[in-house]
Amino acid sequence: MAVPEGKEWADRKVPPVTALGMLSLALIAGGVSYLAAYLPRHAPLGPAVGLLAAAAVVLAVNVVLLARQREFAWRRFFQVARWALLAYVVIAGMIEYAFVYDHTRGAVLVVMTLMLVIFTLTPPVLLAFTVARFQQTS
Amino acid sequence: MPILPVKALPVVAVIVACLIAAIGTNSKWALDFFHVAGGGIWTALDLFLGFVIGPILGRMSIPARIELTKRLMPKMVLIIPTLVTMTLAAGFQLARYNGMLDTSYPRHAWVVASFAVVGVMAVIAIGLLEPANIAVLFELRKPQPNGAVIEKLMRRFIFTAGITGVMQIGTLIIMTRLAS
Repeated sequence: MAVPEGKEWADRKVPPVTALGMLSLALIAGGVSYLAAYLPRHAPLGPAVGLLAAAAVVLAVNVVLLARQREFAWRRFFQVARWALLAYVVIAGMIEYAFVYDHTRGAVLVVMTLMLVIFTLTPPVLLAFTVARFQQTS
Repeated sequence: MPILPVKALPVVAVIVACLIAAIGTNSKWALDFFHVAGGGIWTALDLFLGFVIGPILGRMSIPARIELTKRLMPKMVLIIPTLVTMTLAAGFQLARYNGMLDTSYPRHAWVVASFAVVGVMAVIAIGLLEPANIAVLFELRKPQPNGAVIEKLMRRFIFTAGITGVMQIGTLIIMTRLAS
């Protein structure tokens, strides 16, 4: 592929991966804030499960939109995503440990863990996408 | 050439180790120190980036912007996450230690409001600010960096830093309300 230069390259059209990723994170942040607001009691799980499901759907749509890209620096994408995922897995591991250490159990633990999974997967996608969209494809 | 300023990593490691020790020992002074010092520096830095550096950067020539960006952004990629970790981790532990997380705490609504503000800031930081920071570093590593890409990413970085700085003022209002 020819290497476009300057402003055209910076402004080329890409799917709304960043916006959808942020929406997914916002839904998770809303769910976590909702659950945390009830501590140390257990919150009714319905709203949290709804937010979790919505976040999962948005993440899935985001991945599909991204996967349909043909002219995209996939090598760079996976290079950045791999390292970012490693960092976020370590962070998620520490958070999960804190959940268990603080005696979070049962359905609340399952919902919190699934939210953590989406929180772990989304930032690497956002980071890698932002880097790769400005890289040349070959 | 590494993207990060490798020499600064031991400093970050020492800060994180001290933070873990503060949380592990529940040292009230150390937790207060990390929370207040981290939050203060984080707020000041965000406001400085958004409202002082941003307008200056906008008036500089493209080569000058690239030069400033080259020196500023590798440092930011370490400084900002370290400050955020210091502030939030120490703050959450302090809230736990002081019983503020409990729904029976008289000003619990303010604590929940702080969760909401931090949630919004986290989404902005993880979704826009951090990726812009990393992407600009990748662009600067190229033999011929694209000035338009750097400008676009820096505008995004500075703008989001300014927004989080303004939101930090909201957090300061909540925190001083809780402390008084």
